[in-house]
Amino acid sequence: MGVIGALMLLLVVSVAVFAPWVAPYDPYERVQVTPEQILTPPDPQHLLGRDDAGKDVLSQLIYGSRVSLTVGFTASFMAMVIGTTVGLVAGYFGGRIGNVLMRVVDFLMVIPELPLMLVIIAVMGRGLLNIILVIGLLGWTYTARLVRSQVLSVKERQFVLRARSVGASSVRIMTRHIFPQVLPLVIAQAVLDISVAILAESTLAFLGLGDPTLVSWGNMLNFAFERGMSRRAWWFLLPPGFAIVWVSLSLVLIGNTLDEIVNPRLRTHHLFDPRRMIAPTLAVRPAQEREATEPT
Amino acid sequence: MERSNYILYKIGFAVITLLAVLLFNFVLFRILPGDPIKLIIHSPRMTREAQERIRASFGLDKPVWFDVQRLERGDVLGAFDTQFTAYLLNLLRGDLGISFATRGGVADLLKQRVWRTVILVFLGDVIAIMAGMAIGLIGAWRRGTRLDAGILLLALFTWALPTFFMGIILVLLLGRGRLPIGGMVTPGLRPADGLTYWIDVGKHLVMPTIAMAIVYTGEYILIMRSGVMEVLAEDYILTAKAKGLSTLRILRDHALKNAMLPMVTMIALTFGYTVGGAIQVETVFSWPGLGRLMYESIQKRDYPVLQGTFLLLAASVIIANLLADILYSVLDPRVKVE
Repeated sequence: MGVIGALMLLLVVSVAVFAPWVAPYDPYERVQVTPEQILTPPDPQHLLGRDDAGKDVLSQLIYGSRVSLTVGFTASFMAMVIGTTVGLVAGYFGGRIGNVLMRVVDFLMVIPELPLMLVIIAVMGRGLLNIILVIGLLGWTYTARLVRSQVLSVKERQFVLRARSVGASSVRIMTRHIFPQVLPLVIAQAVLDISVAILAESTLAFLGLGDPTLVSWGNMLNFAFERGMSRRAWWFLLPPGFAIVWVSLSLVLIGNTLDEIVNPRLRTHHLFDPRRMIAPTLAVRPAQEREATEPT
Repeated sequence: MERSNYILYKIGFAVITLLAVLLFNFVLFRILPGDPIKLIIHSPRMTREAQERIRASFGLDKPVWFDVQRLERGDVLGAFDTQFTAYLLNLLRGDLGISFATRGGVADLLKQRVWRTVILVFLGDVIAIMAGMAIGLIGAWRRGTRLDAGILLLALFTWALPTFFMGIILVLLLGRGRLPIGGMVTPGLRPADGLTYWIDVGKHLVMPTIAMAIVYTGEYILIMRSGVMEVLAEDYILTAKAKGLSTLRILRDHALKNAMLPMVTMIALTFGYTVGGAIQVETVFSWPGLGRLMYESIQKRDYPVLQGTFLLLAASVIIANLLADILYSVLDPRVKVE
């Protein structure tokens, strides 16, 4: 599933990078249209029809991938850096510092995210930078919790004690010894966070708080919903929505697979159908086979 | 620590969180660019004195936080006669300010709309929780099979689907069907009796509820599936199996009961997302609840309404989490403060 996700993501990234070459028209260009050309259904010149301003939907879709990916990657990177730092410090030092940091995490977790983002963006203005900052600054709590719980167990291991006994400083132990141990988990979480950030951006834009100067999937959906819904302009409504689903599904598939690799939780359990068990070690096999042949 | 201490601690945390939200709401409203009075006064011919009088009537002539000059004069009580104190006192009286758009009280507006959102969130969430728990349980039990892979894929798909887009798909698919897709009552309906009215409202509620339920079922499937998988690996499951209990009984009496405990916390934690989902679903289906109100006040730049709605939503999520924590400590007396 992870490979499929990676291929799906690769497609979107290459479309975003080569947008000017792939897109048949430039969505930022002014167009002269007659009233009949507004919201026309797909035809050979405009494969996904035209929007409420007579612009080509396919070109907007292609350019829109840039905004989604930019927001997704930068906001999730911000969240990853903040979350990892907070989690490392809270887990390593524990005590009062750790307590205070984790109460801040609890605090942010309990406040409904979307209403908070709406209020902040509505007041601070809907520029792209504001949107990225809000999503990044509010999205690090889960990473912090994850890192902290890992650090709590990692710091009890022998190599940490050994490093300390040879005089390594706390900062060095955290960055050189503990950080590499939690990095795989952090990356799996960061991939999932990219999809969360992309969903958040498109939701804000759909609710009318997207950057008005940019062509983005969320903005397209906002326009399509406001003006294309009554005409059932499916060629304008569905493509940006499915594009969002495509990207976030690809990231979720990658993240989920990474998570299963780096987080080897219980791969099996006691009610597991023994016939479906993947060949275990030789020593266990006879017992397994006996169980499997028995009628249940 | 004892359970009563645990509950007291949780109440304390909820109170502090609420106060922080109040503070945040107050500060955010003050850093708005421009003069709030200018947003209300549209006439350029109004004299300075008249403007000042309006400013005074809103208490905006007072200092924001703390009156240092009056404190220096020895007037300790008077030093707290500020905008912040007035804001808190107004809140205590249930006064959330006046809407820019309708000039009506924000609190009245919220009171009128809150139940519509409560019923939508409640119905959508209950259906999603029941379906998610059942499907998640089957997925965990059949872990690694095609059925489980299908369930997982379905759950991940709905997770990747923006809630508002689910609503749009439903409208496009079923918009021409017999169920209404917008509003709360059929326009122009003159109900002969209360029953006809409520049946009409109920019909309008079906589509938004389905949209909410589908999206959040995926989320609960994922939570339940991983929870049950952990429980099934416990030794007491092996014991139950060794006793010769049927799979159904093990799943029902041993796995489900133990996996439901963490679900209580997870349901409360996801409640914040569910509220976010309600905003999107209400917007798509024009369901006139708090979410639609938030959308409308964004369009109209009606900041007092926006702030009031946020405050109400945040407070309800905080209180819901507190109740879940208390419920959890009743269900599982082992909990204690970290």
